[in-house]
Amino acid sequence: MTTTVHPKTSPEVGGIGHAVRRKEDDRFIQGAGRYLDDIVLPGMLHMAIVRSPIAHGRIRSIDTSAAEQTEGVVAVITGQMLAEHNLAWMPTLSGDTQAVLATDKVRYQGQEVAAVVATDPYIARDAASLVFVDYEELPAITSPQQALEPGAPVIRDDKEGKTDNVAYIWEAGDKEATDAAFAKADVVVTLDTHYPRSHPSPLETCGALADVNPATGEATIYLTSQAPHAHRTLFALVAGLPEENIRIVSPDIGGGFGNKVPIYPGYVVATVASLLLGKPVKWVETRTENLISTGFARDYHMHGELALTSDGRILAMRASILSDQGAFYADAQPSRFRAGLFHICTGSYDFGAAHVTAKGAYTNKAPGGVAYRCSFRVTEASYLIERLVDNAAWKLGMDPAEFRMKNFIRPEQFPYRSPTGFVYDSGDYHTALREAMKLVDYEGWRRKQAEGHPEGKLYGVGIASFTEVVGAGNSKEYDIAGIKMFDSAELRIHPTGKAILKLGVRTQGQGHETTFAQIVAEELGIPYTDVKVQEGDTDNTPYGLGTYASRSTPVGGAATAVVARRIREKAKKIAAHLLEASEDDLEWEPGRFFVRGTDKGVTIQEVAFAAYTNPPEGLEAGLEDVCYYDPPNMTYPFGSYIVVVEVDPGDGTWKVVDMAAVDDCGVRINPMIVEGQIMGGLTEGFAKANMQWITFDEQGNCIGSNFLDYLVPTAWETPRFKLGATVTPSPHHPLGAKGVGESATVGSPAAYVNAVLDALRRAGHPVENIDMPVLPHRVWGAIQGVAVKP
Amino acid sequence: MYPPRFEYSAPRSLEEALDLLAEVGDEGRVLAGGQSLLPMMKLRLAAPAHLVDINRLPGLGSITDTNGEISIGALVRHADVATDPTVAAHAPLLAAAAPWIADPLVRNRGTLCGSVAHCDPEGDWNSLMLAVGATVVATSREGTRTIPIADFVVDFFTNALRPGEMVTEVRVPKAGPRTGGAYLKLERKIGDYATVGVATHLRLDESGRIAQAGIALTSVAPKNLKVTEAEELLVGNEPSDELFAEAAEVAARTCQPTSDVRGPAEYKRAVVRTYTERGLRRALAEARGEA
Ligand SMILES: Cc1cc2nc3c(=O)[nH]c(=O)nc-3n(C[C@H](O)[C@H](O)[C@H](O)COP(=O)(O)OP(=O)(O)OC[C@H]3O[C@@H](n4cnc5c(N)ncnc54)[C@H](O)[C@@H]3O)c2cc1C
Repeated sequence: MTTTVHPKTSPEVGGIGHAVRRKEDDRFIQGAGRYLDDIVLPGMLHMAIVRSPIAHGRIRSIDTSAAEQTEGVVAVITGQMLAEHNLAWMPTLSGDTQAVLATDKVRYQGQEVAAVVATDPYIARDAASLVFVDYEELPAITSPQQALEPGAPVIRDDKEGKTDNVAYIWEAGDKEATDAAFAKADVVVTLDTHYPRSHPSPLETCGALADVNPATGEATIYLTSQAPHAHRTLFALVAGLPEENIRIVSPDIGGGFGNKVPIYPGYVVATVASLLLGKPVKWVETRTENLISTGFARDYHMHGELALTSDGRILAMRASILSDQGAFYADAQPSRFRAGLFHICTGSYDFGAAHVTAKGAYTNKAPGGVAYRCSFRVTEASYLIERLVDNAAWKLGMDPAEFRMKNFIRPEQFPYRSPTGFVYDSGDYHTALREAMKLVDYEGWRRKQAEGHPEGKLYGVGIASFTEVVGAGNSKEYDIAGIKMFDSAELRIHPTGKAILKLGVRTQGQGHETTFAQIVAEELGIPYTDVKVQEGDTDNTPYGLGTYASRSTPVGGAATAVVARRIREKAKKIAAHLLEASEDDLEWEPGRFFVRGTDKGVTIQEVAFAAYTNPPEGLEAGLEDVCYYDPPNMTYPFGSYIVVVEVDPGDGTWKVVDMAAVDDCGVRINPMIVEGQIMGGLTEGFAKANMQWITFDEQGNCIGSNFLDYLVPTAWETPRFKLGATVTPSPHHPLGAKGVGESATVGSPAAYVNAVLDALRRAGHPVENIDMPVLPHRVWGAIQGVAVKP
Repeated sequence: MYPPRFEYSAPRSLEEALDLLAEVGDEGRVLAGGQSLLPMMKLRLAAPAHLVDINRLPGLGSITDTNGEISIGALVRHADVATDPTVAAHAPLLAAAAPWIADPLVRNRGTLCGSVAHCDPEGDWNSLMLAVGATVVATSREGTRTIPIADFVVDFFTNALRPGEMVTEVRVPKAGPRTGGAYLKLERKIGDYATVGVATHLRLDESGRIAQAGIALTSVAPKNLKVTEAEELLVGNEPSDELFAEAAEVAARTCQPTSDVRGPAEYKRAVVRTYTERGLRRALAEARGEA
């Protein structure tokens, strides 16, 4: 563990460790990005979707005549029409099926029922309101508990023989060993908590512009996609189109956070419409459509237990989850793992046994379960253990920092095999927590807390010391819909020494155009400004699984380092030829080969020129290679966050008065970009803890369908963060880097909640749990000792 | 977000605007800052056939000091109220409350008069207007009339304007000596409507007794609610913590909150009580020159 890494390259070259400005920001801050809705094709038509106003109902009939007669309307598409092409249903990323346009029933409010294609988006919207659907309303199921009650109406009666609402059942860990450990426990603490439904709500909503050429059958589909290659394959499989005729172009993406991983009905219908009409068809969601119908996140009802000794050691953990999947089981996750990577729930702690059971239920809510800035349910897992650990310390009368220190996996135990079978690559949890305690002045705040707040408010201090598992795969264990989770990089150095790097991942704001150029700069000494990074066009980039679950640097970044090293090997041969020396006598310093012990050398640019103008005999011309990287293991970023809050007992409001976040994501390629990711994540974590959720009324109406109800914090509410770092490199990643895109969204919510609970507990209110978001009325209810709803 | 089709006129004089309003009648709507009307149209919750944009009308954008009253024209934006020196000097409660309306973007466009006319029970301005006792000036082709705010705010999104009338200004009595006020608003984030808002206003007489009191509530009834019973309880009395607690109790009893995602009714009642008490204490401190 160290806290700083000294760059090996000059600032001009800008390799690893340089906080260079993001290359992509020039166009973004000037409003010159090119997003899906900016693309205009000749003769383009516009599509609007007709959605179900009710949560559950049988479709009796659909009357499209008024819409069809509207001037400017070109076509009205229904599920029945899709069914004729066998496209009324499509597979989900979890191997379930999902209706493209409903034919039999609607199963959630906002479900796609028909689509109107018109010459103008206003006409399309007007005509969409003229499609009349006659529904026979059915009772709505709005919670998984309700869904699993005996006799509950079966939501998925489209599935033959389905008699209940169970979407999946899954377990991990060792039940026997866990039961045995619990039998020996002095104390057992439990926690029941709901991780509410939230939504990634990216700035740019989802959309598609499908352009099927009627002459050639070639389909160019512009798509708000975090995974264009995987989407192309799925399009080929679903629509039966030849894959070479499909080109997916993912233009600039205005934020994804997991929301742009699934394939949505709108994408499919726009493509079908273009195919049928022979014209480009654009579909762009409204904000409300995005919030009510596209991939939500979380919605986990969790029960957790820790077996403890009275002197404060954890012996074992039990967890059971009831997951609200919505109407279709559409979690974006590796196919072997029904509850994602939830079994990372043993977190940063060393104990012998754990057992996890999970059950997913169908409800009359939108499907999704995307990894909103989280590596496949790691967020829920981390939240559960960090809340449980705080409850344990409280029940045992121990300081929560001391309790953590006592139970952390020790540095010498790495690589560490967790009770559920993960092999943690590296870590130093004690140091990270100690650094965070220093940064926030933990002892100082505890003193102030004991002294009491000058205005009668309540101080609380909360900790979360998370461990994540990110960077899927290895390909033995990890695949999505059968496609293995490797990723790729293709690098070409042009004669003038400038490079183009093409990747299978897809940035949505993470700064790939800079970070990956810096990796090339590090490995080859070519200034990062001379490296163009290209992603998103399937005709133009190597195959890859895309960007989500913090996998781009662990997998695509590793591929970049490896391909650059391969090119350096070839460059060395050319250098030897140019220097008339043996390869063995050459040494490398960033950007230059030289003959050992002399000042004779050639730059990488000179080598590149020679690769095209003067290659050595017997060596292929050019300086280009491709790497498909299959990581040997996941990476395990970690960190400690400490939040200090002030609670107003008069109205239940709380505000963050201090916060320190120490992250360890291994080697930081661009420290500024890493800190940006962390600040964004801490903000999103705060949003979830403080204000943000999607809920439903008893009829299944979505509450949270626009930014009036679904709250996104502004700069005003967002706490000020003190950031710190430790660096424990990943031993298996070529650069020692780990993923960091999600650390703070994963780690921080528990710290905020623990802080509020700490404030209440130390003021004498014995509160076990407040569900997120920790809304003022819930805090007030906890102080009054009354249960409040919602 | 695509609103339904509508007609649009942008008259250049008040006369022209009033003629248009008279012509289009019920089908028409005044467009001021557009910060409530346009979102409703985009969500297709409102579909007026004709918008009469008043933004080009001359003379409606000023704040003036007219004997004893501050006049706020129909095109004065929330942001103007927050920064105007006349408001700061003579209606400090309004200046202090303005930054609690929406967010800076909305404040730059939205108008105080539009907010008053809109009669959204979650709007903040009408509570302040009720607490200080403002007057609304309504104008039509037939002429001009003044309407006390308590009569103007009729019900849920319903004002006392007649067809063809528009609000041209709102008049607020100048805060004289020994006055103080507070607007306490519970919101989930900046730009959110109030979960609960409480406007309090006090004027003391020379002996230190309460000569005038205003209490009005946001978001806890079908309209902004003037708590007359609590006001009457205060007037003529020596201010004290006990008296304020009693008034707060009346406010909590009088309000009619509903349970929703912002919290259950009993919670909102509790906040009304807390904020009324806190607000009165702050108003008193200000009136006594202690704040
Ligand atoms: C994101 C957001 C957050 C907000 N938060 C808050 C908040 O916290 N507190 C709050 O109080 N408000 C809030 N608002 C509403 C905002 O204050 C509006 O500006 C205000 O309610 C209406 O003023 P306007 O000038 O924009 O009116 P418009 O939207 O133009 O009109 C609103 C209605 O009033 C009518 N009208 C407008 N002017 C006149 C007139 N002179 N005569 C007759 N009728 C007229 C219109 O016909 C229309 O029916 C928010 C708005 C947004 C978009």
